[in-house]
Amino acid sequence: MSDEILDEITASDYKYGFTTAIESDTVPPGLNEDVIRLISEKKNEPQWMLDWRLDAYKTWLEMEEPEWPNVTYTKPDFQAVSYYSAPKQKKELGSLDEVDPELLRTFERLGISLDEQKLLSGVAMDVVVDSVSVATTFKKTLAEKGIIFCSMSEAIQEHSELVRKHLGTVVPKRDNFYAALNSAVFTDGSFCYIPKGVRCPMELSTYFRINEANTGQFERTLVIADQGSYVSYLEGCTAPSRDENQLHAAVVELVAMDDAEIKYSTVQNWYPGDAEGKGGVFNFVTKRGICERNAKISWTQVETGSAVTWKYPSCILKGDNSIGEFYSVAVTNKYQQADTGTKMIHLGKNTKSTIISKGISAGKSHNSYRGLVRVGARAENARNFSQCDSLLMGDQCGAHTFPYIEAQHPTAQIEHEATTSKIGEDQIFYCNQRGIGTEEAIALIVNGYCKDVLNQLPMEFAVEAQKLLEISLEGSVG
Amino acid sequence: MIKINNLQARVEDKEILKGINLEINPGEIHAIMGPNGSGKSTLSNVIAGREDYEVTGGSIDFEGENLLDLDPEERAHKGIFLSFQYPVEIPGVTVSNFIKTAINESRKGRGQEPMEAREMLAKMREKTALLEMDKSYLSRSLNEGFSGGEKKRNEIFQMAMLEPKLAILDETDSGLDIDALRIVAGGVNKLRTADNAVMVITHYQRLLDYIKPDFVHVLYNGRIVKSGGPELAHELEEKGYDWIKAENA
Repeated sequence: MSDEILDEITASDYKYGFTTAIESDTVPPGLNEDVIRLISEKKNEPQWMLDWRLDAYKTWLEMEEPEWPNVTYTKPDFQAVSYYSAPKQKKELGSLDEVDPELLRTFERLGISLDEQKLLSGVAMDVVVDSVSVATTFKKTLAEKGIIFCSMSEAIQEHSELVRKHLGTVVPKRDNFYAALNSAVFTDGSFCYIPKGVRCPMELSTYFRINEANTGQFERTLVIADQGSYVSYLEGCTAPSRDENQLHAAVVELVAMDDAEIKYSTVQNWYPGDAEGKGGVFNFVTKRGICERNAKISWTQVETGSAVTWKYPSCILKGDNSIGEFYSVAVTNKYQQADTGTKMIHLGKNTKSTIISKGISAGKSHNSYRGLVRVGARAENARNFSQCDSLLMGDQCGAHTFPYIEAQHPTAQIEHEATTSKIGEDQIFYCNQRGIGTEEAIALIVNGYCKDVLNQLPMEFAVEAQKLLEISLEGSVG
Repeated sequence: MIKINNLQARVEDKEILKGINLEINPGEIHAIMGPNGSGKSTLSNVIAGREDYEVTGGSIDFEGENLLDLDPEERAHKGIFLSFQYPVEIPGVTVSNFIKTAINESRKGRGQEPMEAREMLAKMREKTALLEMDKSYLSRSLNEGFSGGEKKRNEIFQMAMLEPKLAILDETDSGLDIDALRIVAGGVNKLRTADNAVMVITHYQRLLDYIKPDFVHVLYNGRIVKSGGPELAHELEEKGYDWIKAENA
């Protein structure tokens, strides 16, 4: 494997920087009620959905873009964004053979050949290219267990009541500026429902990919784990190279009912911009889960891409004995900026949360951890453990930690540990002396540093994540 | 094997090595002794290629090649191993993963295929047994939370795995209790062949009771001021370094 990594390290800057020549059906740039009506109409949505979107839009108009994150960027011109783009494929596809061969080639270049995925890995994929799901696999196997795994558009048509009941219950329309925008204009995303007592037999996986120049991406994901069920959900993404900044404002909502468990893993590798800090994706994401009694939600993220990241996968520990976990590796290099962390809101009794955050800053980047641990007035015996480590490479980057703790119950036990370190020349020389070159030594040291988080990822994702870390930090120590 | 000729080196602005001459042949064990600050560790670091040490004169020839032209990892690929006086911790990287990477990177550097997993595993078993190490060592983070003795034993384990041509043991005896010393020295002795050589850097005679040198050199003030057989170490032990200092005052 190390051969491949070396090749990749020495090869081009951004591996996934290409675009696919697929004909797209794109709405002209701009946002108003008519555009929202058009999106809803194109997707043949029920009236309640349209009303919901319009309400979100009105809310959004009154909101202001947040300025508290520790990032600086030119605010997107929301009227310059096109809010709908769908690959022109109207007819229903029965098999992969019917999929646009150009699209299949894109997947292959990304290393996610659907055929292979289907045959070898046992991973069901719901692939989103420019907002519309193109292929959904393994649906039948899942259907036998009563598991629903489909695009959000399809869910709105086929499982309208489930969607209507849960959509916006974890992240309300007016939660924040980007969540409101997403609620108004989301075009697709994934929907997943695991019935009572069912353990999902495979990792559910979605690859998102931004593919249309100037098209904002507004995915909406909703995962519902009914009582006593279990699901592990993987989300990974890559995007082609672009000069203009691309806006990505997704919303992910997780509902873990009594005794249910959701494991949500993300590998994020969107275009970070070039060496001068030009271009790159704006990743402004709201991710939140709610835990009922004895439920557990575990977020694991490996964030290596995007020019600007603003993201706090959070848990509302509403039910007694519920558990929230957040494991994060955030890498910034060149001119990337990340302000990421989590919120653990303890409401129920005996609730527990764990936060392990590993930030790695290189180049001229800035990497901030921002985390809130709140223990409510009725949350007896709540416990939290937080560990926030920062690793600096070179002397032009920044690492920042903003922990917030609000405890309203005297029995709360909250621990916070933080460290900041640099990769030492001693460590590199030690590796060199054993025959390990400097680039490999850095990869080894960084992977060791992130081990507690990488260990949380499913096997196949962990391997990919390790490679990503190595590629992202290429050339960061002279 | 290695010919060091009039080697001079400094750290920052301080001249430390002032003309070292030393030749080591395959199969030989050389001990370098000397008081603190005489340049023993500098010599080992310069041979290994540490950047902070600037070579200002002289040469090191290793099997016909100019060693000073090579990066530290290239020197390792050629078969130079340094057992560190203060082994470095690498959190989250297990001993087995580290040594596996080291072996395969070295093999790659020599144009060889990576070692088969099965062979690697068998070798790890053999070498841990040789050094009377518990197998649980292999899954611990490299040197993290290791006692002084464990760190040194782990160095010799890596040496056993990498099978270098020239092993430099830099104060390997410091921090070792008598049992650990016996085991570590026993390991070094068992790894000795007619083709490899060992350079033992030590402050005390103690280690040389276990690893018997063919030659003993006394380093003082950046120069080798005395060379002899094993009896020189005993003489030093008896008379102390003041003897050397007085002679070279």
